[in-house]
Amino acid sequence: MIRVLTKQNRALLAELVRTDFKLRYQGSMLGYAWSLLRPLMMFGILYTIFALVLKSGGGIPHFPVYLLLGIVMWTFFTDMTTQSLGSIVGRGELIRKIRIPRWIIVFSSSISAVINLALNMIIVAIAMVLSGVTLHASAIFFPLIILEVYFFSLGISLFLSAAFVKFRDLTYIWEVILQAGFYVTPILYTMSIIPKVILQKLMLMNPMAQAIQDARYAIVTHDHRVVTIYRVFNGGWYMVVPFLIVVLVLTIGILYFKSQASSFAENI
Amino acid sequence: MDNVAIKVEHVGKDFRLPHDKSSSIKNSLINGLRRRGGYEIQHALHDISFEVKRGEFFGIVGKNGGGKSTLLKIISGIYTPSKGSVNINGKLTPFIELGVGFNPELTGRENVFLNGSLLGFSRNEMAVMYSDIVKFAELEDFMDQKLKNYSSGMQVRLAFSIAIRAQSDILVMDEVLAVGDAAFQKKCFDVFRELKRQNRTIILVTHDMGNVERFCDRVLVIDRGKQLALTDPAEAASIYARLNIDGAQIKINDQKRQLHGARYGSGEVKVKRVRTVLQGEEADVFSVGDEFSFEVELEYEKGCDNTLVACGLAFFNEDNINVFGPNNEENMVEARSRKITYTLPKLPLTPGEYAVTVAIYNKDKTDIYFDLLEKWTHFSVIADHVTHGVVELDGVWTT
Repeated sequence: MIRVLTKQNRALLAELVRTDFKLRYQGSMLGYAWSLLRPLMMFGILYTIFALVLKSGGGIPHFPVYLLLGIVMWTFFTDMTTQSLGSIVGRGELIRKIRIPRWIIVFSSSISAVINLALNMIIVAIAMVLSGVTLHASAIFFPLIILEVYFFSLGISLFLSAAFVKFRDLTYIWEVILQAGFYVTPILYTMSIIPKVILQKLMLMNPMAQAIQDARYAIVTHDHRVVTIYRVFNGGWYMVVPFLIVVLVLTIGILYFKSQASSFAENI
Repeated sequence: MDNVAIKVEHVGKDFRLPHDKSSSIKNSLINGLRRRGGYEIQHALHDISFEVKRGEFFGIVGKNGGGKSTLLKIISGIYTPSKGSVNINGKLTPFIELGVGFNPELTGRENVFLNGSLLGFSRNEMAVMYSDIVKFAELEDFMDQKLKNYSSGMQVRLAFSIAIRAQSDILVMDEVLAVGDAAFQKKCFDVFRELKRQNRTIILVTHDMGNVERFCDRVLVIDRGKQLALTDPAEAASIYARLNIDGAQIKINDQKRQLHGARYGSGEVKVKRVRTVLQGEEADVFSVGDEFSFEVELEYEKGCDNTLVACGLAFFNEDNINVFGPNNEENMVEARSRKITYTLPKLPLTPGEYAVTVAIYNKDKTDIYFDLLEKWTHFSVIADHVTHGVVELDGVWTT
């Protein structure tokens, strides 16, 4: 995909992302500021409820930041997949009347989601400073973890956007799947409340759960109380399963998208 | 291949049209399980083949729904053909309509850059061309307004000025000239002439025969997905005119069939069939000057083999004037002739609707009709030039 990033495609991609961004907060008074205000307010709420009122967190240090990071990463995943899902159909006018590489449309949705993630990460960084987090060397893995989530989401996005052209029920189905995903992924709760180790193992096979836990361990709470896939499997080879899933999902997404792309124009 | 810009070979396109357009998983599951054909195949194009030479101004005309836009989309790579192949030699513009991707919520200026990127221009390249684009569109005072506040004419002007910057060898345009005021249209024509001078290849899909005759070198006429003709603009215009009348004619004829005049006669000889013929094929629309034939087929009762039969025709125009009335009394048919044909090498009638009365009678006893069909057959005449009067004769002017 990188090979086909010609000068024209890059210009088009940049322009589509720019348009997306311009239109997103149009008509709202605070405009772009919302991109930062949203996660900031979210952090305020989390801090109040979990750190001040419930005092939950199982003794995990910096628990509000720990929560915030999980939510920001999950939001990235849902943003990207839901925006991409409707992206091909939403740009039907373009697809029916102009010859542009179809993947650029999904790609531009994904870039928008990445920009949003970057803005959210600014707030996470502020929260880290406020919470007094000390960074360890493990922080260098964080970009790789984000890359993993990006590829996972991209694979799903490619598949969903192409399938949505034919099956318009997908919006609702995907909503339900995301809801379920939100609860089977340790976002609002810690892994330690899961009683059985086998369940913990099963849960961490989910690339999102594995990535969120790893990211927390990498930049927020460098502590044995953060249950990561490495810890659960004690370094066993099973821990590569989430990565294999990512590769599989991305491959299927690309292949399916490719097989459908030539008939988008007539099916939309 | 060097001077061929586009080569279309045996291209066909089928669409699958689902019976129920609600595309949901439930439906596809049900259809999948029952293996019921939830769709029908629509043949949008059949076996289209042509070549466009480099530097040619090529027109594609046809009625709505005839397949011309589908063909254009196949040429521009938006649709993939079901059959055949398209070879493009050179860089082709990627759009088929003006202003694709325009966003009403963005300003004119932002839209210029967005639209430019769809044509493959970077922001810097667009910035260089920006003032020319705005000037050509005559929209200097409006560029910071949102596009939704533009009139449709302003939008087209802006779109057109961006589109002509596309540095492609082959331009493809669908009905671009339909909008814009006369002054802007003139500018567009000037641009077309300029492009033509630069030896760029242009494909224009249009309804407007005036533009076809003004610009196009060659024209492809398609109807109901089939290639009718690949010809010069003048002939294409007359074929197209006939196409349009054909469509209308079917309705008129349906009404007229009930408007047959009376039929009577002794019945010893009967008219089995009458038809009007254009170049060997039955037709009911003719151009002034076409070769026109009127065929009458007869059947005989037993025992009247030796009867001498004459045939007379009377052509009536819309004003119910008998324009002319030929008969073959001087050139009698032999008894038992099955078919009598009357031919006009150059149809001299002026445009309008005509009705023909057919009389089959005994030459010696002209008051006895074997079969008489009053205003039985109808046909229409069209012209690609202005005509006056009732007939058009082959006069020659000299000075």
